[in-house]
Amino acid sequence: MSADSPPLDPIFGRLTLDAFPIHEPILVATFAVVVLAGLSVAGALTYFRLWVPLWRDWITTVDHKRIGIMYIVLALIMLLRGFADAVMMRLQQAMAFNGSDGYLPAHHFDQIFTAHGVIMIFFVATPLIVGVMNFVIPLQIGARDVSFPYLNNLGFWLTAVAAILVNVSLFVGEFSQAGWVGEPPLSGLDASPGVGVDYYLWALQISGAGTLIGGINLLATIIKMRAPGMSFMRMPIFCWTSLCVNALIVLSFPFLTISITLLTLDRLIGTHFFTTDLGGNPMAYVNLVWVWGHPEVYILILPALGVFSEVVPVLCGKRLFGYTSMVYATVSITVIGFVVWLHHFFTMGSGASVNGFFGLMTALIAIPTGVKVYNWLFTMYRGRVRMETPMVWTVAFMFTFLLGGLSGVLCSIPALDFQLHNSLVLVAHFHNVAIGAIVFAMMAAIDFWFPKAFGFRLDPFWGRLSAYFWTGGFFVAFMPLYIAGVMGTTRRTRVFDDPSLQIWFIIAAIGSLLIFIGVLCFLIQIYVSIRNREALRDVTGDAWGNGRTLEWSTSSPPPDYNFAFTPVAHDVDAWANMKDHGYSRPLDGFNAVHMPRNTSVGIIVSVLTLIFSFAIVWYMWLVAAVSFGLMVLVSIGHTFNYNRSFHIPADQVARTEGERTRLLAQQG
Amino acid sequence: MTTTTTMTGVKDGTGAPVFHLTEEHDHDGGSTVIGFWMFLMSDVLLFAGLFAIYAWLGGHYAGGPSPSDLFRLPLVAANTAIMLLSSFTCGLGMLETGKGQAGAALKWFGVTALLGICFLYNQVTEYEHLQQAGATYQTSAFLSSFITLIITHSIHVIVGVVWVGVLALQVFQHGLIEANRRRVLCFSMFWNFLDITWVCVFVFVYLMGVLK
Ligand SMILES: [Cu+2]
Repeated sequence: MSADSPPLDPIFGRLTLDAFPIHEPILVATFAVVVLAGLSVAGALTYFRLWVPLWRDWITTVDHKRIGIMYIVLALIMLLRGFADAVMMRLQQAMAFNGSDGYLPAHHFDQIFTAHGVIMIFFVATPLIVGVMNFVIPLQIGARDVSFPYLNNLGFWLTAVAAILVNVSLFVGEFSQAGWVGEPPLSGLDASPGVGVDYYLWALQISGAGTLIGGINLLATIIKMRAPGMSFMRMPIFCWTSLCVNALIVLSFPFLTISITLLTLDRLIGTHFFTTDLGGNPMAYVNLVWVWGHPEVYILILPALGVFSEVVPVLCGKRLFGYTSMVYATVSITVIGFVVWLHHFFTMGSGASVNGFFGLMTALIAIPTGVKVYNWLFTMYRGRVRMETPMVWTVAFMFTFLLGGLSGVLCSIPALDFQLHNSLVLVAHFHNVAIGAIVFAMMAAIDFWFPKAFGFRLDPFWGRLSAYFWTGGFFVAFMPLYIAGVMGTTRRTRVFDDPSLQIWFIIAAIGSLLIFIGVLCFLIQIYVSIRNREALRDVTGDAWGNGRTLEWSTSSPPPDYNFAFTPVAHDVDAWANMKDHGYSRPLDGFNAVHMPRNTSVGIIVSVLTLIFSFAIVWYMWLVAAVSFGLMVLVSIGHTFNYNRSFHIPADQVARTEGERTRLLAQQG
Repeated sequence: MTTTTTMTGVKDGTGAPVFHLTEEHDHDGGSTVIGFWMFLMSDVLLFAGLFAIYAWLGGHYAGGPSPSDLFRLPLVAANTAIMLLSSFTCGLGMLETGKGQAGAALKWFGVTALLGICFLYNQVTEYEHLQQAGATYQTSAFLSSFITLIITHSIHVIVGVVWVGVLALQVFQHGLIEANRRRVLCFSMFWNFLDITWVCVFVFVYLMGVLK
């Protein structure tokens, strides 16, 4: 915006008809599919009269279980989008040799690799772990709900509208072409004058706010709402990793907020934080964003390690080996994770001492991580290992994670990193960990806790098949990238000169096809399981037969209030301990249960936020001002509502529990 | 059945372990203060990041004005005094809240908000002074980082002033019920945090800027 340009329309800003890609057949077709899918979903909801239940039981819910499930559904939908981006890149790179330009122009290719990274980190991995944490934590600590049920709902909807904003950019305007961390000067106004980076910045800003709100909620929940008897050293390891993760969220997300806010100011107001003139310094952004960025990767990996620490003892029928060392390993990873960020830019030129320090710290993390791997192995040792689907994922994870960890240690050596920086080795390394640990863990978690959420298990055949294809596909897709990277291939390259490299990209494309089959198997698994749900049903609530922690002590799915009576923990494996003592479920004496009331404020504020951010992206100042004002008013209005909870009457609790007693007796 | 609860275990009268509680405890709002404290910690880090950026870029004048050309210490010192005084009146409001004196508490919080408005008025004057001296937001990295720091602080003060208004209405409606006492406590934490942040701005930005 220079001073001599004509004043912008206050309502439409810089949004004109040119922003709609009506000349791009692929996008028009995609848009048509999205509209048709949306219409058919809306039609189905109307036909089956589901609008009211959807609004009442899901959209406005403050039930942590339902919010957790909504997070996971959001993540799985976005996984399909992010995965489509991955396949498009793989095809492009396999084709673009021997003078061929491939099929994607640079303008598209650059948007696709940026969108792929942003979607996979912010709208797949993050909602997956937040969803699993939301569902599992209160059940594991024996709580009825979370500390801030309304904020939990708001956090989810902010994440969801941020995901919508990213998808809007597909059809209105463009997305960022500056990579998933959006480093200036490329993301500055001079190099990226379009709306792409603005979409990116606001999507991150909103989802970051949502994650921070959710993080504060879960952190307070773990600290304040544990069942009596559950001291910190009696918390399940998944809760420990979650505690550390949410502390990391609260401590690191402010730095994301600052980096993207200052970049927004640079672009919107013309400040000079990260510009290349008038004293600005792009490296300031790079440092700030990685102060958040590295903890962020541990935010994603720690819950994964927590999930395996729950799966292995249950499916090996043995107490977790080395509980205390597991806790200390988790805490060390959390603390050291804050002093390694510079390994993302050893080539900045900080000098040998600084690089040496950060390299050493990075390599150090391998030690607590190694402790964890040994603990799982020793838990399996002499255990009765049941190769159920979650365990298949776990074993696959151990191999891929070992490899990914080792390649990470290689990259942590500054001298070597000068060679590997910006090469495909890096891409192979972080996919090795992101797929081999985070995705595998979340697939294991979904399989492991699905019976808890819905009362029936997932089909084991299709589950295993999915695990095999994901694992095989991963190796076929990413091992070639290690090789091409060592030979000097840079990341984010659209066309190649050296024909001898093509074979590796063709193999990698085949790998992505195998992973695609893995994704399909997972979808088929869900479908088949829903169809065969009566055969797969579990009425005991202890679906794996030897659950160890409190979530397995209640029914599946758990009642709204989770536990009819607040449980008391005497051991890390509280439920296993209760079973050892011959604990029997109380059949009478139920009390009324105090629960939070649903609220529609979360979705209203989030939709206003969506309108506000869209308006800012397109410089629609009037719309932005009005939606911002409404956002503030609705939020303040919510604080005048003092009637936020109610009691589930004792006889209703008695009815629900009586029904469970009947089902248990029926099963024998 | 009488039960005793400790963090090491729950026993009934006979000493056998108890695996569930038979009574209900409402926990409404028990996490509010710790949750708000966590939010404040993340806000501390937000300011820490802004200070770090200022420490990095604050010396980049790009040929434009420098702190010794712009900073008027008497006004800033007066503003610091106003901020400190407002923390004091906020504390008096807390004392009255503790005694259950809603009217007196509201008076002190009103004074706190008025001092906040005085502070904001001075900030606006200061900003106009910068504009007249040709020191705009876009002049240099020094001014970008400096102005962002003080505007972020001012936005927090605006939030605090609006918060007092909302709180006054709510205390007026419901009196000093437990929920409102929690809110008052959160507000006082917030206001004291603003005060501390401003002292940091005064020392690290203004005093050290002029000394340089
Ligand atoms: Cu890192």
